[in-house]
Amino acid sequence: MRPFDYTRATAPQEAAAMAAAGATKFIAGGTNLLDLMKLQVETPEKLVDVTRLPMKDIVAEGDGLKIGALVPNSDLAADERVRRDYPVLSRALLAGASGQLRNKATTGGNLLQRTRCYYFYETSARCNKREPGSGCDAIGGFNRIHAILGTSDACIATHPSDMAVAMRALDAEIETLTPDGATKRHPIADFHRLPGDTPNVETVLSPGELITAVHLPAPLGGTQIYRKVRDRASYAFALVSIAAVVTMDAGKIGTVRLAFGGVAHKPWRNEAVEAALAGETPSAALFDKAADILLAEAKGFGENDFKIPLARRTLAAVLAEATGVSL
Amino acid sequence: MSEHTIQMDKPIGETRLDRRVQDVIGKGVARHEGPLKVSGRATYAYENLAGDGKNVAYGFIVTSTIGAGKIKRIDAVAALGKAGVLHVVTDSDGPRASADPGDKKPTAINGQITHYGQPVALVVAESFETARDAAKLVTVEYEPTEGTYALEDAQDKAFDPGQGVMPSIVKKGDFDKGFAAAEIKFDQTYTTTSQSHSAMEPHACVAEWNGDELTLYGCYQLVSTNVGQLAAALGIDKSHIRMVNPYIGGGFGGKLGIGPESVFAAKAAKVVGRPVKLALTRQQVYQDTSRRTDTIQRIRIGCDRNGVINAISHDTLCGNTPGDTVFEPAGISTVFLYDGENRLITHRLAEVNVVLASAMRAPGEAVGMLALENAMDELAEQLGIDPIELRKRNEPKVDPQDGKPFSSRMLVECMEEGAKRFGWADRSKVPGARREGEWLIGTGMAAASRKNLLQKASAKVELRPDGSATIETDMTDIGTGTYTILSQIAAEMLGLPLDKVAVTLGDSDLPQAPGSGGSWGANSSGSSVYAACEGIIEKIAAKLGVEPAGLTLKDGTVIADNKQTALTELLAGEPITVTGTFKPGDAFKGTHQASYGAHFCEVAVNAVTGETRVRRLMTVAAAGRILNEKTATSQSYGGQIFGIGATLTEELVVDPRTGLIVNHDLAEYHVPVNADVPQLEVVFLDERDHAASPLASKGIGELALSGVGAAISNAIHNATGIRLRDYPMTLDKVLAGWAAGKQAA
Repeated sequence: MRPFDYTRATAPQEAAAMAAAGATKFIAGGTNLLDLMKLQVETPEKLVDVTRLPMKDIVAEGDGLKIGALVPNSDLAADERVRRDYPVLSRALLAGASGQLRNKATTGGNLLQRTRCYYFYETSARCNKREPGSGCDAIGGFNRIHAILGTSDACIATHPSDMAVAMRALDAEIETLTPDGATKRHPIADFHRLPGDTPNVETVLSPGELITAVHLPAPLGGTQIYRKVRDRASYAFALVSIAAVVTMDAGKIGTVRLAFGGVAHKPWRNEAVEAALAGETPSAALFDKAADILLAEAKGFGENDFKIPLARRTLAAVLAEATGVSL
Repeated sequence: MSEHTIQMDKPIGETRLDRRVQDVIGKGVARHEGPLKVSGRATYAYENLAGDGKNVAYGFIVTSTIGAGKIKRIDAVAALGKAGVLHVVTDSDGPRASADPGDKKPTAINGQITHYGQPVALVVAESFETARDAAKLVTVEYEPTEGTYALEDAQDKAFDPGQGVMPSIVKKGDFDKGFAAAEIKFDQTYTTTSQSHSAMEPHACVAEWNGDELTLYGCYQLVSTNVGQLAAALGIDKSHIRMVNPYIGGGFGGKLGIGPESVFAAKAAKVVGRPVKLALTRQQVYQDTSRRTDTIQRIRIGCDRNGVINAISHDTLCGNTPGDTVFEPAGISTVFLYDGENRLITHRLAEVNVVLASAMRAPGEAVGMLALENAMDELAEQLGIDPIELRKRNEPKVDPQDGKPFSSRMLVECMEEGAKRFGWADRSKVPGARREGEWLIGTGMAAASRKNLLQKASAKVELRPDGSATIETDMTDIGTGTYTILSQIAAEMLGLPLDKVAVTLGDSDLPQAPGSGGSWGANSSGSSVYAACEGIIEKIAAKLGVEPAGLTLKDGTVIADNKQTALTELLAGEPITVTGTFKPGDAFKGTHQASYGAHFCEVAVNAVTGETRVRRLMTVAAAGRILNEKTATSQSYGGQIFGIGATLTEELVVDPRTGLIVNHDLAEYHVPVNADVPQLEVVFLDERDHAASPLASKGIGELALSGVGAAISNAIHNATGIRLRDYPMTLDKVLAGWAAGKQAA
């Protein structure tokens, strides 16, 4: 860990201004950032502590919900309104990390988790995300946990969050405050970026831009499922995960939202998959067709080839459960 | 003070432990250091010399960023220029990894890089944070060479490593001829990956010099061995070192040899003239201490149609760092577990540029039985014989290798009792026949065996004038219950309430014991306590003018000739102090000694994802007298969980291009978590082995691990019809099995 300056912000605007320049990071729960700083994967010169800011409430907002950026993952998962109206989010949160980590980790911080790529974590390895231009040791290396969709020659890392996958299915919006005092709302679809040539740039946030809240639109109802496939029963990142919100209409699929974790650099959603399912009678053949669309561009890198059939199988099982079809 | 020695030349008959007058031996007494540990009052290595004005300095190890080559130059100027940095140790005598327990000292760096992440230097600073930061400022110039990082790539140059904990080659009859002539020939190859001990407490120490005298607060399993290794590494006589080692946060073999932290800390503390604290980071524990080797194992069995074995062979290939010749004795159980005239057990070793491969819990059995017991299941299925029946048909009457009698062997009883309790008879013989929703259900079993080991041990026991007793030995407690079982033995022997016996462990100033390893600790050190107590009883008898056999000791009193006397009265202000020594003898040489058991497992394999969940896991074990039912059960649970890890989740991944241990933290090296572990069942059969030790006990700590993973993999086969031979059996391998058309579901 490099020595760093520490400042505690007393107001959101002050926090954003403090972080506008230099190698500055916000710190809230610190469940990811501190680990990375110890390893010098992250080497901020300044930390702005936002934990005292008034962003800890979950409040009703029209038909939806506004979640303060500092709401701990455990509180968000346990919130009565979330459990009732957005169960996919509650389930995704509880599928992640451990009880202790969820108590500490915040909503805003969860969105900004860094990848768990082994080579990103090992400073002696090459990693374009950690050190732009150095290369990627995951390509051609041990890439069991890596992405199969939206990869680039520069990076095949995945986004590790479960929460963000559910929020992607729910079309959440991320509210931010910029150093010059502007409030912005980023649809979660645009919030995280694909790696391209700049895998070090992971979100659309500009320097000093502070996440203040996450907005959930009106509840979607329907059957809500979060299914996470992993190497052990708890405390492991998703190999493949699926957040599904499905309504049925007279034996046919009504609306369907599907977001995928563990497969890409961002929570993955492909509206063409949903369009292929909507209005159709559920069947194994239909689910297979949906998987064909989802995985048309999928590419394995050796150790992670299994994720392609795994995603297909898991998608079929999730859709079968959501639509009441037995395969 | 006097001495009392027992040499185990012949079986010892009934003892005070059998008569159980005080009735504390065997009882499930809770570990009495437990409250200290859960309330933070047990002082672990790193916590010594905290906050008492000792002016402690902190160390941080610099590690290599290549896997093979030479160190050309180490530039510490930038690090030394940083405020708060006191010193940088760069001498080439520093250790490149932990020592193997059999080594005189850890192998020195000697200017070479033999594995990725190898220690190359130590930074010492005023604070841990400064040392860690400055470690990144040390630049090392290398002359890289081409390393070999994968066992498969090294196998062509494999060699016979010679004698290890067993001979590398054990043979009888003519295997090739017997196998060629066999009606049924079974021949399969199994692979296991590198594994890490992953103890909760990382390797840590505090080194403090007082003139030429070194005190090392450490966390090692074998105090006297480790003092010797440290002395040799420092080039001093071991009489100048005191090691204080009372609490150890898990070892599993990873702390059997002196670690790089202690050698570096001692060197640095000498130079800076201050105590030095040093803990390895989690990543460094994976890279710089030791691991269990990966293995490639071939099992060949020749038998008739009834499954009666005529020829059996187990060939193991394993790896180690150049210069380290310890091999994993994976064939150790195959030597004696099943009958058969023609036998061939071989081990070969290949050099790989990966950190030291050394002992990890149940070295040999833990991975060897994954292969052997998987093979037996496979053979049983091929022959259409129940797996238990196949094993019974090959139950030897004497050690099939050298004809020695077994000191005790209840393998068949363990299998039968387990079958009854588990409901083995209800098992579907056809794989893939049971399904509950998405889950395919299957059951499997495997045999367990673990060689019994004994070592010379000493302990001092003092019966005090106030009627209490103390036990002192350099024996260690690595979380296994040593404190508790030693107090139970003394309390039973001397007729004292348990709370009247105090135990001091882990200090090299105390009488020498063999430490914790190889499941020998309880028997060896317990027998030395037994010997000391026997010496005390002789002295009590002499005071009363009676034969020792005529004494009954209970509740702090002594009863002889129908007269009861309080010990406090008898002692009359004078303690009785005896150092007891136990030595293995002819009883060990004359019999074949091992603990036995049987494992039964039910798994559910998800038909969609290939995820496996263990639903039931039962181990029935016979390991002689159980000294403490609670701690023995707890150790067995630990063994079972180790087996779940080995079979389903644990794989230390080495990048074959560079030698980097890729998943060097607990987030990505997957030890089982609570959710992976169902309610475990452990059953001990009543057994006394009077040839094994004066306690009539055999080793228990590693037995439950031996073979348990095969019960899980056999259950996976029964659930799915897929036979996996490549451990761990992660979901991608199950999916590949289905894809290969072996699907039964």
